[in-house]
Amino acid sequence: MGFDVGVLLQHKELLFQGLIVSFQLTLSAIVGGMLIGTCLAMMRMSRIWIVSALAGGYVNFLRSLPLILVIFWFYVLTPKIVGHPIDAYSSVLIAFILFEAAYYCEIIRAGISSVKRGQVQAGLAMGFSYLSVMRYVILPQALRNMLPVLLTQAIIMFQDTSIVYVVGVRDFLTTADVVANSTNRPIELYTMVAITYLVICFAASQLVSRLQRRYAL
Amino acid sequence: MIEMRHVSKWYNVFRVLDDCSLTISKGEVVVICGPSGSGKSTLIKCMNGLEAFQKGEVFVDGISVGARSTNLPKLRSRIGMVFQNFELFPHMNVLKNIALPQIKILNRSRAEAEARAEKLLARMGLKAQAEKFPAQLSGGQQQRVAIARALAMDPVAMLFDEPTSALDPEMINEVLDVMVALAQDGMTMAVVTHEMGFARRVANRVVFMDQGAIVEDAAKEEFFGTPRSDRAQQFLSKILTH
Repeated sequence: MGFDVGVLLQHKELLFQGLIVSFQLTLSAIVGGMLIGTCLAMMRMSRIWIVSALAGGYVNFLRSLPLILVIFWFYVLTPKIVGHPIDAYSSVLIAFILFEAAYYCEIIRAGISSVKRGQVQAGLAMGFSYLSVMRYVILPQALRNMLPVLLTQAIIMFQDTSIVYVVGVRDFLTTADVVANSTNRPIELYTMVAITYLVICFAASQLVSRLQRRYAL
Repeated sequence: MIEMRHVSKWYNVFRVLDDCSLTISKGEVVVICGPSGSGKSTLIKCMNGLEAFQKGEVFVDGISVGARSTNLPKLRSRIGMVFQNFELFPHMNVLKNIALPQIKILNRSRAEAEARAEKLLARMGLKAQAEKFPAQLSGGQQQRVAIARALAMDPVAMLFDEPTSALDPEMINEVLDVMVALAQDGMTMAVVTHEMGFARRVANRVVFMDQGAIVEDAAKEEFFGTPRSDRAQQFLSKILTH
């Protein structure tokens, strides 16, 4: 038998497409999750209790569920809500964004709390509105403080996208699995997948420690 | 310029400010002193609405600070404030610290804002520090940048909340000198400080607070000559002995 690299080269385009899907999912979940997460974090810190309770409830609820359940759930639920069938990719995208938003909310909230309290007062005293203080003074500092955690979460996120296997979305792992079954070469494929994940995640975590040194306040 | 009428403030049942009335006329320098916890900082933070109060009225340049209809950000942009811990924005360099509020709040062009910032930095003797970040400066330098940042907004009055308390002794004078020059230029100032030397040099009036109340409000000569209240006498004897 031996280790047949040829089978990998032969399907390299298909596999590469799978990898792109994984990246797309990761990036969309990060961007969407952070946008919603920032809103949630600001809601959670609101002095109006109902607003903060709503955000708190959402965060606690989603963080109590396994990701795989959330994915199944949106897979069967979203078509019912929108009234027509939707593709698996869209349903996992929504699931990822909403799931990650709950985690990003907590990271962002911790980041905002890490900024010195006097900064809000200083910003307000200059004549900034509360939202402008957030935008120009607090969030840029909070982002710097949470950069390492945010990127670590992104790396975990990238690994977690492989869960879309369960609903058949053609990400990197699913594609490799399909190729493995059709060529009967699982060892080659799975090893290649493992090495690829290892290289990408290791490189990303090196980047994290570099950025951390550069942007630390 | 600044007028407080019978202002009271409570944290739950604890009364932080007790019926405080105070008037600061245009061009006047008023030093507010008193033991810690007497409500000095809270008092001046009521002047720009950073602290809310439950009773009484505060007017700055004829505008009510407590009224719901008041555009507080706009009012605050006309009152400069300097804090004990400087509170420069650590993620921006010195120039941007001074320029950004002018650009975002006063809608000045970037060139105009930076020119104004550079002029003020030169006046503070900090021209060479423009590109540095706050963490690279000494405390005294940071506080002078903070003063420049406030002045760049062309305020009608300046509030100082213990501006030298967090400084090493050798840096206190460089900040006080800037404040003295400002006072001599005719700036309206409310200064919470224990620096009685500063009060002697430039204050018009000295206000002494204790337990949330204004115990004494006297012309400088009168205050340092013979303070009327026992509490102020004790306080002065404690801080002036060394």
